[in-house]
Amino acid sequence: MSNDVIVPANTTPKPRQPWAASPKDRIETGALFIGAALLSWILVAVTPMKGKLAYVAVFFLAFIVIDFIFNYVKRGSAAAKDSVFRGAVTAAIVIAVMPIVSILATVWIRGHKGLHWTLFTTDMHSATYTDPIAHGGLLHAMLGTALLVIFAMVLSVPIGILTAIYLTEIKGRFSRPIKFLVQAMSGVPSIVAGLFILAAIVYPMTKQYNGVEGSLALAILMIPTVARTSEEVLLLIPADLREAGVALGGTQWRTVMMVVVPAARSGLITAMILGVARIAGETAPLVLLTGGGDTKNANMFHGPMGSLPYYIWKGFTQGTPESVTRAWAGILVLLVLVLVLFGLARYLGNRKVGK
Amino acid sequence: MSSTLIEPSSAGSAGSPKSIPAKREITTKPRFSDKVFRGVVTGGGLSSLVILGLILGFLLYEGYATLKSQGIHFLTGSNWQAVQNDAGVVDLHKSQFGIAAMLVGTLVVALIAIIVGVPLSVGAAIYLTFYAPNFIKKVMVTLIDLMAAFPSILFGLWGFFILEGSAEYWAKLLHKYLGFIPFFKMEVPYFSRSPFIAGLVLAIMIIPIVTSISREIFSQTPLDRIQAAYALGATRWAMIRAVAFPYARSGIVGGAMLGLGRAMGETVAVYTVLNIVYKVNFHILISAGGNVASMILAKFGEASPMEVKALMAAGLVLFIVTLIVNSLATTIVARSKKGR
Repeated sequence: MSNDVIVPANTTPKPRQPWAASPKDRIETGALFIGAALLSWILVAVTPMKGKLAYVAVFFLAFIVIDFIFNYVKRGSAAAKDSVFRGAVTAAIVIAVMPIVSILATVWIRGHKGLHWTLFTTDMHSATYTDPIAHGGLLHAMLGTALLVIFAMVLSVPIGILTAIYLTEIKGRFSRPIKFLVQAMSGVPSIVAGLFILAAIVYPMTKQYNGVEGSLALAILMIPTVARTSEEVLLLIPADLREAGVALGGTQWRTVMMVVVPAARSGLITAMILGVARIAGETAPLVLLTGGGDTKNANMFHGPMGSLPYYIWKGFTQGTPESVTRAWAGILVLLVLVLVLFGLARYLGNRKVGK
Repeated sequence: MSSTLIEPSSAGSAGSPKSIPAKREITTKPRFSDKVFRGVVTGGGLSSLVILGLILGFLLYEGYATLKSQGIHFLTGSNWQAVQNDAGVVDLHKSQFGIAAMLVGTLVVALIAIIVGVPLSVGAAIYLTFYAPNFIKKVMVTLIDLMAAFPSILFGLWGFFILEGSAEYWAKLLHKYLGFIPFFKMEVPYFSRSPFIAGLVLAIMIIPIVTSISREIFSQTPLDRIQAAYALGATRWAMIRAVAFPYARSGIVGGAMLGLGRAMGETVAVYTVLNIVYKVNFHILISAGGNVASMILAKFGEASPMEVKALMAAGLVLFIVTLIVNSLATTIVARSKKGR
């Protein structure tokens, strides 16, 4: 108070953040890091533990121990326990994210070797999986996946959105059981969906493998995703909009179709995209049902149908270096597709509802 | 009509020559268009019931013969032998179809996934909810959500080509230092493609779902209680132990069970990573195991029509088991989300 500082009128005082790390704290943390790194280096050098993962694991343990001792000495046992817990959960998130990074890196490193232009312009009708990678391509697989997914979408998106509308707009007496069943349905193993189509359609009726059967199985797996995401989106639409629609004399049908659904449009598209991302890489039912053709086949109702997951599956099960490279190239293409869909869903989902 | 009939409510303004509109009927009876609309939507809504019912019905229909001839041995037996009679047709009564080995395998692999995956996911969820700076949180949540969209065959291939090497090494360490525990015993030192490795792959696969559910529940911890704990001088760990954990416990259990349901139904990833051998095996480090879903896929290729029916019955069992696990999990999660 004695040394009053006159603050110029046009500057605002900088907000203080007493909880922020001071330079001293930073130096201490840095020292702890270096100490842990040194300790882990010594441990790895002395003991028989080797490898990058061992380094990471030992470093984490060393850091937790050093941090514990430091905090125990400086602040007491409560702070020490706190620091151990913080170290543990940080380790958990790092371990949880490590596989994702590893998977993304692996797919690129192994997949890009198999990429070349003819991959996107030819199919496998004149090549086998064990041929050098320059022969043949996966055009048939991309065409097949596109057709399978579009057909599954045509089947499942209306059903999914109707389910969501029932849950949010009609709220009839089946609401609770339906909500429950949709959740339960999202846990149906994909192989069971395949077996079901086999039992219900292939054996009694068609007695051959084709694309539609695969699409039906995929639709079963896609409905719950679409329904649940749509429900969440429709719940975000303010009740005012519905009341306004009814107050203007609209029937419920007009209100839902002309007010609620258009307001939720981008969210419903997100639901659709998430559903597609869910089924695009689904393998088991396609192995059971589509027959996995090696040539372009645009007829969903006749003949075996290739698809990206099936292509990968075949490449993997053949087991030669060339076929496995094909599988990784296929995975790269599939993953790019999934990433694009995911990014699109994120972009649409982040926009404000109602635009 | 309205000119001759003066309603009591309009008696005060009787002087006006204008006709008074009749009182409109106020009703909640839906119009025809609404009735159609409601019918269509309800029909769509009931589709999930219909589909689940159809799955149950058709699998039961196809698998009934097997279930009937094998009886309880279908669940308790661990032999899978299709015996052909003289005509070359599979004889149902001489053949043995028992899925006990694969049921055990399913449980073993899924439990490993839970034991490894759930603590990691819960830890990650705690970090993301209570510790992470905003920027890191956004990146991590995006990555983990992205992981949920990875196809299962990708996890399978990654597990086979990348994880295998490291996991084999970890398995050897486990065997070396914890070999006295029955589960880690080995008769033959062959460590690759074991249930342990398949369990690790499944653990990674269930991380996204368990993390997102735990995160959602942790983030609903009442703020006043958190602040009360801090005001009483709690450290972050003390707050989490005293406030967040008790609040979120049942939700985490539900999330873990959802993960269990996923892990039990997984097909392609397990088929890719695991060496499928048809026997009861509790020794998780040995290169032999399987689960019902991957067994169906493995046997389907060369199965005779009769055997396919047995596979249908196996699928029925898998369907019912996952349905029960998922229903329980859904109920628990829903109840804990409502708050107390």
